[in-house]
Amino acid sequence: MPDSDTVVEVHAPRPGVMVVAPKQDVDLSRSPELRNALRSAQDRSPGMLVVDLTDVGYMDSSGLATLVEAMRTAKSTGAPLVLAGMHAKVRAIFEIARLDQFFTIVDTVDDALAV
Amino acid sequence: MSETANTQPHLRLELISDPTYLCGARELVASVSRRLGFEDMDCSKIALAVDEALCNIIRHGYNRAMDKPIWISLWPIPGDEHSAGGIRIVIEDEASQVDPSKMKSRELDDIRPGGLGVHIIQEVMDEARYERRAPKGMRLTMVKHAPRPDSAPTLSDGSCSAQIHTGTPAARPGGRVR
Repeated sequence: MPDSDTVVEVHAPRPGVMVVAPKQDVDLSRSPELRNALRSAQDRSPGMLVVDLTDVGYMDSSGLATLVEAMRTAKSTGAPLVLAGMHAKVRAIFEIARLDQFFTIVDTVDDALAV
Repeated sequence: MSETANTQPHLRLELISDPTYLCGARELVASVSRRLGFEDMDCSKIALAVDEALCNIIRHGYNRAMDKPIWISLWPIPGDEHSAGGIRIVIEDEASQVDPSKMKSRELDDIRPGGLGVHIIQEVMDEARYERRAPKGMRLTMVKHAPRPDSAPTLSDGSCSAQIHTGTPAARPGGRVR
């Protein structure tokens, strides 16, 4: 289990793949940490970046903006960015913002690794 | 206009413009919405609308200054033979005033970070109206109608938490949570 103060965990389950896993709700007070983690991960030029949202029960538009920024970077570098483990309440905001078609969204990190 | 707009709020929360406290405001609004008969997903969306309104105030109204006041007021809207009732939420600040007609969403096809808050508020709530507030600041009034006619909103059975002040104004100790 992550430390209760941990905001974002980053690991590489296999060479060329990085997983960024926010461990708390992502709102205006937490999205800067997620942004920093995503930028650091993308700076390492992974072949694929997975954002594991399993522990995110809530996200607001600052979180969406952070992911859109990361997705734009991913598109410019050609390294896929995949969102995994998204809860229904988090998915709802993607649908409200009509961004659910902009991202590749899969059920689990394992599914992402199979993409 | 509903009578609730002219009566003392059933709940009034004052917070400073520090994003640290967004989670508390969200949870309070979601919890009260649940008590008013909204389903879980709707509670989450109402809390999201409040969160987005607060974020807009913090980022744009107060330019991220973290010590400025924001007030959230809440009224249940009782159901009747024509409607299921619902919730009215008013969010006020002392930030710089803007033309309410300029408070609109960007085009969603223009996919870029930011600029989604107003769209989310309008999409989630049944009504959302911005106006200038005297003597300064802005006021956002939002209304969401409850889905079920048999769940007329009430906070008067006394089983809410101590943060929620109900009954007549005289019975409320200040009506403010901080």
